[in-house]
Amino acid sequence: MGKFKIAFYWCASCGGCEEAVVDLAEDILKVFDIADIVFWPVAMDFKKEDVENLPDKSIDVAFINGAIRLSEHEEMVKLLRSKSKLVVAFGSCAHLGGIPGLGNLWNKKFIFKRVYNEVPTVYNPEGTTPESKIKVKEGELELPEFWNTVRALDQVIEVDYYIPGCAPPPDVVKKAFETIFSGKLPPKGSVLGAENKALCDECPLNDTKPEKISLKDFKRIHQVKLDPEKCLLTQGVLCLGPVTRGGCGALCIKCGMPCTGCFGPLDKVRDFGARAMSFLASIFEYENEDDIKRVFEKIVDPVGWFYRYSLPKSLLERRNMKNIREEGER
Amino acid sequence: MNGEEFEPRIIVFACNWCSYAGIDLAGTSRIRYPHNIRVVKTMCSSRVTPEMVLDALKNGADGVLITGCHPGDCHYISGNYLTLRRYYLLKKFLKQMGLEDRVALVWISASEGEKWAKVAKEFTEHIRKLGPLEIKEV
Repeated sequence: MGKFKIAFYWCASCGGCEEAVVDLAEDILKVFDIADIVFWPVAMDFKKEDVENLPDKSIDVAFINGAIRLSEHEEMVKLLRSKSKLVVAFGSCAHLGGIPGLGNLWNKKFIFKRVYNEVPTVYNPEGTTPESKIKVKEGELELPEFWNTVRALDQVIEVDYYIPGCAPPPDVVKKAFETIFSGKLPPKGSVLGAENKALCDECPLNDTKPEKISLKDFKRIHQVKLDPEKCLLTQGVLCLGPVTRGGCGALCIKCGMPCTGCFGPLDKVRDFGARAMSFLASIFEYENEDDIKRVFEKIVDPVGWFYRYSLPKSLLERRNMKNIREEGER
Repeated sequence: MNGEEFEPRIIVFACNWCSYAGIDLAGTSRIRYPHNIRVVKTMCSSRVTPEMVLDALKNGADGVLITGCHPGDCHYISGNYLTLRRYYLLKKFLKQMGLEDRVALVWISASEGEKWAKVAKEFTEHIRKLGPLEIKEV
């Protein structure tokens, strides 16, 4: 058998996932031994035509990171889908919508208003915003359309596998690559490189977690001096380990930061944030309405806590803008 | 709606021991309550996860009402307190999502058929005023 043909592409992403590929360090040479890269805009000089000129299904695996925010993203991933045998959603944004997915709390109108007019560092007296088409002397220029709603990759095209993480740690990428190139493929839709067990299972602090956690109050990370040897939840810091897929090796926790859930939900869980809320509600001991209100009042941004990486793939997908639009408030 | 009045679809989660019995009492006592109500029986109100509420909203419900035993009356001792905590957290989330008004929690005991009918009428009218739930924005 000849070499694999692989492609990498990025959509609405920060570039961290591209970095994650390079983070394989010397192992990336092994990838090049068995695979040829036919498209990787961030690292090599390829144009869209190069992909268009390939025969259908001639790319073995396309790794796509980033959420779908612009019409350009949609066009490119549809093109890659038609040219590829396998499509792998690489990283949290392609898998669940990721950080750009938090844009689903607003729509195009609000985002443009904020970014191009209201931000203190912006000077834009004419109120210019990007247009998808504009006529200039030399002819008509086009820019991609900005959608109201950010979508995860599998909400736009068919996705075969997922690699989780923001960004996927090198071990996870390596394991996922090994699985794909070994030819022993798991069932379609599997999450590669990580197990179907919660993060607590592999967390080094798991032994210090009591049978039942009972909290009176919770604290944000800057309000408490953390004991690095003790389960963060028992110290009152919200760690999403119990509802998050493991496989990262508890990297954040080893650095004294709570899990924020970038690996997403376990198999069969349809809404990550709903599970997280359910779990958080269960570890408080209050039975009195006033106490409950007082404690949960401290969560000023529930979407940011529970849906940091997964708003587009949650059940509701986006905020209901109906009333907000009329009031015109931010 | 073709000019007809909007008829909301309302999902009610009712616990087996108090609320469902209360709703049943309304039925056997021939107290009328709106036909917009679809009752789903669960063993306890704490069986109703936030996921189930969001799922209902996603799949066509215009409003969701969670009902359970009064505090202190739970058949499973503390189930309804868990429901209460979950509800407040879910409400906070729904507020951010612009859907706060569509979900409510009420305590209905097995003897409160009258109260149930009143709650059902009020909630249905409340949702009717809000109009159909459409979240999609392309």
